[in-house]
Amino acid sequence: MNILIKNGRIIDPSANLDKSGNVFIEDGKIKNHPSDIKKLEKDQAVKIIDAEGLIIAPGFIDLHVHLREPGFEYKETIRTGCEAAAAGGFTSVVCMPNTNPVNDNASVTEYILLKARTEGIVNVFPIGAITKGEKGETLAEIGEMWEAGCVGISDDGMPVMNSRVMRHAMEYVNAFGIPVISHAEDINLSGNGVMNEGFTSTILGLRGIPNASEEVMVARDITLAELTGAHLHIAHVSTAGAVRLIRDAKKRGVKVTGEATPHHFTLTDKAILNYDTNAKMNPPVRNQEDVDALKEGLKDGTIDIIATDHAPHSEDEKKVEFDLAPFGISGLETALPLSLRLVKERVLTINEMIKKLTINPAKVIGIDRGTLKAGVVADLVIFDPDKSVTVDREKFRSKGKNTPFHGWQLNGSVAHTIVGGKVVFSV
Amino acid sequence: MVFQRKHILGLEDLTAEEIKLVLDTAESMKEVSLRDVKKVPALKGITVVNLFFEPSTRTRSSFEIAEKRLSADVLNFTPDQSSVVKGETLLDTARNLEAMGATVIVIRHAMSGAPWVLARELDSSIINAGDGSHEHPSQALLDLFTIREIKKEIGGLKVVIVGDILHSRVARSDIWGFMKLGAEVRVVGPPTMIPREIENVDVKIYYNLEEALKGADVVIMLRIQKERLGAELFPSLREYSRFYGLTRERLGLAKKDATLMHPGPINRGVELSSEVADDVHSVILDQVTNGISVRMAMLYLVASGGGNG
Amino acid sequence: MPKVIMDSQTVARAISRISNQILERNKGARELTVIGIRTRGIHIAERIVDRIEKLEGIEPPLGTLDITLYRDDFRRKSEWPSVQKTHITFSVEDKIVILVDDVVYTGRTTRAAIEAIMDYGRPSSIQLVALVDRGHRELPIQADYVGIKVMTQQKEQVRVLLKETDEKDEVVVVEGEE
Repeated sequence: MNILIKNGRIIDPSANLDKSGNVFIEDGKIKNHPSDIKKLEKDQAVKIIDAEGLIIAPGFIDLHVHLREPGFEYKETIRTGCEAAAAGGFTSVVCMPNTNPVNDNASVTEYILLKARTEGIVNVFPIGAITKGEKGETLAEIGEMWEAGCVGISDDGMPVMNSRVMRHAMEYVNAFGIPVISHAEDINLSGNGVMNEGFTSTILGLRGIPNASEEVMVARDITLAELTGAHLHIAHVSTAGAVRLIRDAKKRGVKVTGEATPHHFTLTDKAILNYDTNAKMNPPVRNQEDVDALKEGLKDGTIDIIATDHAPHSEDEKKVEFDLAPFGISGLETALPLSLRLVKERVLTINEMIKKLTINPAKVIGIDRGTLKAGVVADLVIFDPDKSVTVDREKFRSKGKNTPFHGWQLNGSVAHTIVGGKVVFSV
Repeated sequence: MVFQRKHILGLEDLTAEEIKLVLDTAESMKEVSLRDVKKVPALKGITVVNLFFEPSTRTRSSFEIAEKRLSADVLNFTPDQSSVVKGETLLDTARNLEAMGATVIVIRHAMSGAPWVLARELDSSIINAGDGSHEHPSQALLDLFTIREIKKEIGGLKVVIVGDILHSRVARSDIWGFMKLGAEVRVVGPPTMIPREIENVDVKIYYNLEEALKGADVVIMLRIQKERLGAELFPSLREYSRFYGLTRERLGLAKKDATLMHPGPINRGVELSSEVADDVHSVILDQVTNGISVRMAMLYLVASGGGNG
Repeated sequence: MPKVIMDSQTVARAISRISNQILERNKGARELTVIGIRTRGIHIAERIVDRIEKLEGIEPPLGTLDITLYRDDFRRKSEWPSVQKTHITFSVEDKIVILVDDVVYTGRTTRAAIEAIMDYGRPSSIQLVALVDRGHRELPIQADYVGIKVMTQQKEQVRVLLKETDEKDEVVVVEGEE
């Protein structure tokens, strides 16, 4: 199936492109951006998508997603997770290894890729665990997982508390050229915390996780990255201090990248007043100063990537006492409109926003995507940046309806998502 | 004024007028408790469930007596180990009770925010009898009632709360209640037990007990839970009582007619020296009657504020 | 157009007459106790006690009663009235209770008051004083002593104004919702 997308605004940050035009897809690859489309329009074998008033961009790449399969299929499956991704404008998702069993060896990696091939409508790139069982004690079979298709390693959900183990992991991974994605948290400082430590936690009588818990580990991981030369990627940055540390490290030439999630740059811990478990996250949503610092970081490039940390849970699991609710927000289907708010607030231009969702994440994991240049696999998103939407969690394609944004009036809606030259989602 | 709320979950939400209404209503209820026939038919035919996940004889008995004095039908439900082990959630338990006809659920739970889960999902009125470290509205209301009886006016009083503020739901509710009625509130305890940014609520923080007690009108001693000490927050009971235990000398720094309160049960020799502990007892007995009166008021107002029971 | 059915002189005479009737029927002031209902019943009760004291030299004990907790209609109303104080410091056991209200209408207030008083003890009798009897009983209740009996329509309102709270003594009937 060949596709002609016409009359759209093409934004491809990888090529510094922002112009009106057309994109032609042939045999699943981007052929070119033709100016003269009369012949194509008459061609019966060409499907035409009119992108008048819409933006044509490389398909978004989500560097941080929990697909929950194998083991937690009641929360989400690879199939439903990919459907949610497509509805959110994502053509590739990078899935974390805290499944059951943990993705700490090649056979689990292969299982995930097989399921993705047969049931997933978007591309799935797995992350392998750093340590066996994510226990933080001994290294997982990183080499074999890399061969099987993992694009990075992480113990996401947990930090690697033992610095010696983390050091060795970073050294080891240099042989394979993949990044170490750090869930930066000092478990001891976090204690049994369930939300940000601050005024709100005092009022609510809930145990808090201080900013220091993240910053202590970010500092440690940056120091180890300097020592080992590994590419360190800090997942879900949430504090002003962490942004500062990353900024300084980059100035020194350390190979570190940072990621922020839409809920962290949108909400403060006031979202938890009334004990709304839908806003319970780890790392938690923090103070206004932290939100402002994240926006600064996004603006000046300290934070290279926007990722969702999509963490679906079943409704029953969240309708409990706050202490007992699992951490996580279902984020794939609200990422675009929340990110567009940054454009509205003039924190980012639309090109910069798209960059953080496309070429930047692609570079972190070293895949040839996130671009609209001729010859690449045709992964695209076509979206309306202005269309008014009211977030309705019942309409989510994800099994996870756990969002604190239900009912919010936002702007931005995906019109079509194309993966490998096939339309996998249309509104 | 008319009480418009369906629930009483905490004093943070209540206005000063609403708190005063509860206290005024409690005065009328106290009269019922002092008669021979301690009963009025106000809540006749209404089923009230005491859903206590944490053991508590005193608070539960107090609520039970209050409910019976209002002629309500009372069901005491203490989820036993087996249903918890069987994995029945809080919500499922409460839904079953609502299906049995409970109009008001009085809940005590070990986790902050548990009453909100019920208030969000059920039709019943919910009264918070203590949730985790968050609030204990009936205790604070009875503290306010008792002090109002003794001092006549709460505005302008210097109220000092001593101890493990961080983990104390009584402290939080007392802070809200006394502050809203115009008192000056001071908190004092070891730095590890003072919660983050509590000064944003307009309380004065002290780490030195003598400083805090100077000129105090009301001293509220919190209970130290032994499990918390020695762990990480404080090295030993000995050191705690040395710096933060109330002795005769220290109490002498407060005003001569200062009222000393303790939500109980008292750890003699830790929060209070033995001699001081004996002084507390006179107020404690008043507290018992006042507790019932305040709880009667809460039940009555909530059953009516829910909008037609 | 509010219709004045009692002015301050009529009110004074009625209370005087009622006080005399109470003494006559009960053969004096011994064994009497007086309990006023809600706000205005209390003021009328105070005046009766005063009158009896002047006539007999004996001041019967005076109590105030709030019947909110005994109402039978509380759950129907969209607004529950706030509870006021009840103050009965004497025993009613074997005593004659003179129950005083400003207006007797459906009779439900009186029923609630009787139930409340019974929770204090067992009086030898309860007798009802009403400054105004406006008819329309819904329960078999009668006022033993009445200031004025007036036929009203249900859509009308009877307003009793008393010096203690309203600057003058007057009873008016007005059109309006209850």
